[in-house]
Amino acid sequence: MASLFENLLGKKTSSADRAKERLHLVLIHDRTDLSPEDLQSMKDRLIQVISEYVKIDADETEIQIETDGREQTLIANIPLRSPRPRR
Amino acid sequence: MNGKVVTVTSGKGGVGKTTTTANLGIALASLGHQVVCIDSDIGLRNLDVVMGLENRIVYDLVDAVEGRCRLTQAMIRDKRFQTLFLIPAAQTRDKTAIAPSDMVRICDILRGEVDWIIIDSPAGIERGFRNALAPADEVLVITNPEVAAVRDADRIIGLVEAEEKGPAKLIINRINPAMVKHGDMLSAEDVVELLAVPLIGIVPEDEAVLISTNHGRPVVLDEKSEAGHAFMNLAKRLRGEEVPWMELDHKDGFFNRLGKFISGGD
Repeated sequence: MASLFENLLGKKTSSADRAKERLHLVLIHDRTDLSPEDLQSMKDRLIQVISEYVKIDADETEIQIETDGREQTLIANIPLRSPRPRR
Repeated sequence: MNGKVVTVTSGKGGVGKTTTTANLGIALASLGHQVVCIDSDIGLRNLDVVMGLENRIVYDLVDAVEGRCRLTQAMIRDKRFQTLFLIPAAQTRDKTAIAPSDMVRICDILRGEVDWIIIDSPAGIERGFRNALAPADEVLVITNPEVAAVRDADRIIGLVEAEEKGPAKLIINRINPAMVKHGDMLSAEDVVELLAVPLIGIVPEDEAVLISTNHGRPVVLDEKSEAGHAFMNLAKRLRGEEVPWMELDHKDGFFNRLGKFISGGD
């Protein structure tokens, strides 16, 4: 569906761009030996553990692997919810 | 002499390891160096046909390792260059006929005799690859601008690093500038960004490669071929020369921009 709209808007993703995107993801998984399922399960558990200590905004939480050269870094951006207003 | 051992590898088969090895050998010999090319793909011998030396084989690498001949007897002299030799693979044995320590021993002897020892690695990450990697001073990883080849190259680059033989240097083979321009092929820039290792060669897709291989005459000997020029440039960079990146897409200067991207990157 997205590609249909992109086509209508004349913003078709080239096959080379698509190859690059797919490779980017597959190389992250190859290099870290983490399947997409394992990565998701790790994220879920991280959120669960952190939630035991502080209130977090689960919808705004971002946990992802970023690549710098051949190095992979796990980046987590976890906004904390403000505590209940004091009386 | 203190020869340098260069291993040419790729992970995926069919991306151009043997063609590159043959052309590097010829190019370095034509630049005045003493060179030995070793086909380490035991059981699937093919560097001999690419170099056009298949009718001269008497002894092979396994004969030399197992002591059935002297090392010099397994070295076939090239037809065109007096300073170029091929040590062919055995055709009737398999990879287990040789151990990494055998390759180290053979290469240590050759280091004293020649300037360059170029090893054509088999595809894969098994024993044959380990044999080819063990004696390497430098590793060249070849890929094509295509998803499967790039993925396998990344795996190999990681293994080379793990063996402390890195960083591997990258050769992008069979790039088609027209397809890159139309957005239908990964650009050299894309591949370098994904694999994040230094680039040493870009070879354009060129019919002359197949035609020259049909004749057993590596394309680097064909002065009109763009791929031939690219292999010569690769050889020059390998020996430390700074060679500008070839202008393959004459209209929009793509490779010029690539050159700037690479040199401006660090």
